[in-house]
Amino acid sequence: MSLIDERPVAATPAPAAMALVAPQIPAYAPLLAAVLATGLAALAGLLLGWSLVAVVLTAWALLVVGLPAWSAAIEGERRAKDRLVTTVVWSTFALAMVPLASLVWEVVANGHAVISAEFLTYDMRGVLGAGGGIYHALMGTLVITALATAISVPIGVLAAIYLIEYGKGNRLARTITFLVDVMTGIPSIVAGLFAFAVFTLIFGPGVRLGIGGAVALSVLMIPIVVRATEEMLKLVPEELREAAYALGVPKWRTIVKVVLPTALGGIVTGVTLAIARVAGETAPLLIIVGTTTTLNLNPFDGRMATLPVFIFSSVTTGGKYDAEQTARAWGAALVLVAIVMTLNLLARAVGRAFSPRTGR
Amino acid sequence: MSTTTTARSAPTAVSRRGDAVFAGLATGAGLLIMLALAGVAIFLIIEGVPAISASGEQAYGKDNIVLYVWPLLFGTLLAAVIALLIATPLAIGVALVISHYAPRRVARPLGYLIDLLAAVPSVVYGLWGRAVLAPAILPAYAWLADHLGWLPFFDGPARTGRTILTAAIVLAVMALPIITAICREVFLQTPRIHEEAALALGATRWEMIRMTVFPYARSGVISAVMLGLGRALGETMAVAMVLSASGIITIDLISAENPSTIAANIALNFGNASGTKINVLIFSGLVLFVVSFAVNFLGRWIAARGQVKA
Repeated sequence: MSLIDERPVAATPAPAAMALVAPQIPAYAPLLAAVLATGLAALAGLLLGWSLVAVVLTAWALLVVGLPAWSAAIEGERRAKDRLVTTVVWSTFALAMVPLASLVWEVVANGHAVISAEFLTYDMRGVLGAGGGIYHALMGTLVITALATAISVPIGVLAAIYLIEYGKGNRLARTITFLVDVMTGIPSIVAGLFAFAVFTLIFGPGVRLGIGGAVALSVLMIPIVVRATEEMLKLVPEELREAAYALGVPKWRTIVKVVLPTALGGIVTGVTLAIARVAGETAPLLIIVGTTTTLNLNPFDGRMATLPVFIFSSVTTGGKYDAEQTARAWGAALVLVAIVMTLNLLARAVGRAFSPRTGR
Repeated sequence: MSTTTTARSAPTAVSRRGDAVFAGLATGAGLLIMLALAGVAIFLIIEGVPAISASGEQAYGKDNIVLYVWPLLFGTLLAAVIALLIATPLAIGVALVISHYAPRRVARPLGYLIDLLAAVPSVVYGLWGRAVLAPAILPAYAWLADHLGWLPFFDGPARTGRTILTAAIVLAVMALPIITAICREVFLQTPRIHEEAALALGATRWEMIRMTVFPYARSGVISAVMLGLGRALGETMAVAMVLSASGIITIDLISAENPSTIAANIALNFGNASGTKINVLIFSGLVLFVVSFAVNFLGRWIAARGQVKA
């Protein structure tokens, strides 16, 4: 911190009257301080043989103490506090990014080596060690998610239409809004237990069905669809509805032909995000769908494999072929993340493509 | 449906029928949602009630259901609270970076990136926690046990990375994008004019944030934390995959003996359960449902109260 010597240059000798500009440390000061702190810590680390973690921690400590101290000496206490907080806030950001970046990196690094044509087109029938694939799990995820979407979208969109177009703040609408809020907070495993309890009462104990998974996912998906649709319907200008009514169009045709098309982009975005959310759900499927090693495309007949449950069971089974199983889990994780991310990006793209229609 | 245009003589009757059908459909969908939620509670109660009288072998060797559920509830709360203690300051920091510190050109893609990370499935977080974080963090636990072993939390011995603290860290990483997203929205809603007034009076950026952004965002941040807590309480897979649990009650965070959580316990045992054991597990799910319902309700209530005030 010998740079304090710069001070005479910065502080212009103001004759008698007070200076208009308070003395400041230069704009490059934070960068310089960071470089100095890193250098000092690295030097100490090299001399004393510290680990990388210790060096990083020391560098950070030097920066957090050093920069505000430098600032306090020149700019005064308030600016020093501001710089301290700025440093801490950016540090939290950097710290938060470490695990998230590590996660993405590990999934890509461990997963891409496993992905091959065989991995994507074979199931696990009779496979113990290396080989096999996730075709059955991929198809299971697609079937169950598609079913859940087929259940959730009509119910969710219609319920949102009721809330905005028919209910308009009456008691039933307020109750439904509240219940939708509650439903967003249902733990996913509880949704699985619900589906299990329902299907047990119907089909007897020990039931495992793909359709049960779709029902469980619907419980998680409907509130997301309702929320998204509700927000979009609120954005439709009242003038459009009034214009339609003025032309003598019945209310239901106004909704179907005027309101819904106007809000379509936003609704599609919301539905796509909801699909992305439930496609990665594991717990309910583990409870009610179970898993299997072979391809099963019939959701009304026995266990189905799904990508998330495949990952879970591959990792937790253990045993002699643990390494191969874990490798397959990483590959499946990469595929699953790719699906979810693609859906997310698609949702944004759709939202952007349609946004001018709502932005009137 | 060309009837509306052709049937000029009685347009009201025709349109009314269409309207009635459509209104009925919409109302029915709304009622179905009510029914579904009531169904969740009712079916869980129906299947959970037989567990109340369970004991001995049926209750996994415990004398009664309370003795079985209580350690799990303790583990659930412990993991969730630690996760929130870690995630909340980080989330507020990240949200501040995106809303007030980063230049706008950088902030938009960053917010976008955080939203994408919120979409990563929990099972992938679990895989990462088990295969990457747990081995990597073991030396840190060994260090904690050596140097801070006099604290009851770090009693050790640190033999495995798959502890309740690791599970809590994974939960924190998962909750972080969610809390950040809500905090960012709330921070951005601070009236521009308040911020500018503070800056015009000569406040530094931190003073501006403390005087205008935080008071305005307080209820929003609290409800974000409550929602994150609700999410952490109900999170299943990450804990089930990371934790090597033995179902005891302890506040030692880094030993090999860890309390399990309700959700993880259900996920791990449900496949092998039969008879009354299934009812026992469903009963514990009911407890989880009630707890997370209470937490979510509290969060929304705080958020709603804040809105009225603002």
